[in-house]
Amino acid sequence: MSARRVTVQDCPGGPLLIRGADEVVAADGTVAEATRPVVAVCRCGRSARLPWCDASHRAKRRSNRDD
Amino acid sequence: MHLPDPCGPLSEGVVRALRAAPDGPHPVPQARAMGDVIDPLTDRDFQLALWILYELHYRGFDGVPDDAEWDPLLIVSRAGLERTMEHAVRALVGERFESDSLGHLGDDPAQRVVTALIRMTVAEGPSQVSTFLQRRAGRKEFCEYLAERAVYHLRESDPQSFVLPRIGGPAKVALAELQYDEYGGGRPDRLHQALFADALESLEMPTDLASYLPGASGATLASVNVMSLFALNRRLRGAAMGHLAAFEATSSLPCDRILQGARRLGLPEAVQDYYDEHVEADAVHEQLAIRNICGSLVSEEPELADDVLFGAMACLAVDGLAGDTLLRRWSQRRSGTAAEDHRAARAAG
Repeated sequence: MSARRVTVQDCPGGPLLIRGADEVVAADGTVAEATRPVVAVCRCGRSARLPWCDASHRAKRRSNRDD
Repeated sequence: MHLPDPCGPLSEGVVRALRAAPDGPHPVPQARAMGDVIDPLTDRDFQLALWILYELHYRGFDGVPDDAEWDPLLIVSRAGLERTMEHAVRALVGERFESDSLGHLGDDPAQRVVTALIRMTVAEGPSQVSTFLQRRAGRKEFCEYLAERAVYHLRESDPQSFVLPRIGGPAKVALAELQYDEYGGGRPDRLHQALFADALESLEMPTDLASYLPGASGATLASVNVMSLFALNRRLRGAAMGHLAAFEATSSLPCDRILQGARRLGLPEAVQDYYDEHVEADAVHEQLAIRNICGSLVSEEPELADDVLFGAMACLAVDGLAGDTLLRRWSQRRSGTAAEDHRAARAAG
């Protein structure tokens, strides 16, 4: 068993922050390698860089509010 | 770095004081002149004087003794400029933001601060500068943008490092985590300052900060000085972290636009790499800075809540001024060029 701790932090309205992840596997089997100590995984589906968050949730909120 | 050329009585006073023999009596930069400063945030002489005094705390200048950093007379001069600077920043924030956003933080100030930071930065929307770079800028304007920003990006994240010993608990841990990423995550070649220097080098632009000082506007120097003001005064540690949160939360989307502009113009890989790195990095930093740094800081020190929000508003307001200055320069030149073309066309016709 790995001694390394992996934690997931919920950011409501934003991504999941994951510390200690090595890779994120997509539904189609594509593997994205985590290259930084903390990664943000998109939850709103709007990111152009899935699985990573690119802050597009901010644009979404803005357009929702402007509607 | 060589001492920069002064551009008015305030920066002249500072440069003269720093050039004086270290052991002999030296003139104290006079706060003259301060009465002549109408708008400190765009006054290049004022901002350059303050920038030079702050630089003594970072890397210093060739031929200036290192102990000038704590020279009591220079500190007195710095404090005078800082009072005027802080007053101007507070006045600008007061003009741009309604006062309710500062008040009534309720029972859970940390949660209120997190919510207020998210709202404030979402409402800000994409900067016009980034939209211009994405869609319209020519190569020359893009390079001018890099040159203008170089005074910050070649020192990216350094001001905030001064805050680490000034805060504790989870906020300190989160700031260290964010800074570790800014400083390359253990890889010197990924140091963000170095990535920016690589981008400049790929365009055959100089990579030393001194080359960019003469061209930097007063507002751009103010956008850097406000970070040092907050980071070097422990009293303003909350503002320093609020500033960081607003900076990071308004970075990913603009960096993506600037990246698209760099691709459109076919700029070198190193330029694209710098902005590419910041889209994902700052999406992480946005969460860290708002929730783990500012949220935790206010949990631990609830009396800092107003300062955190003030710092965030100061970032948006002062960076906005710097962006406006650039946009004005570009649009004046473009309309000037258009008018010349028009005249030439008429003359030819």
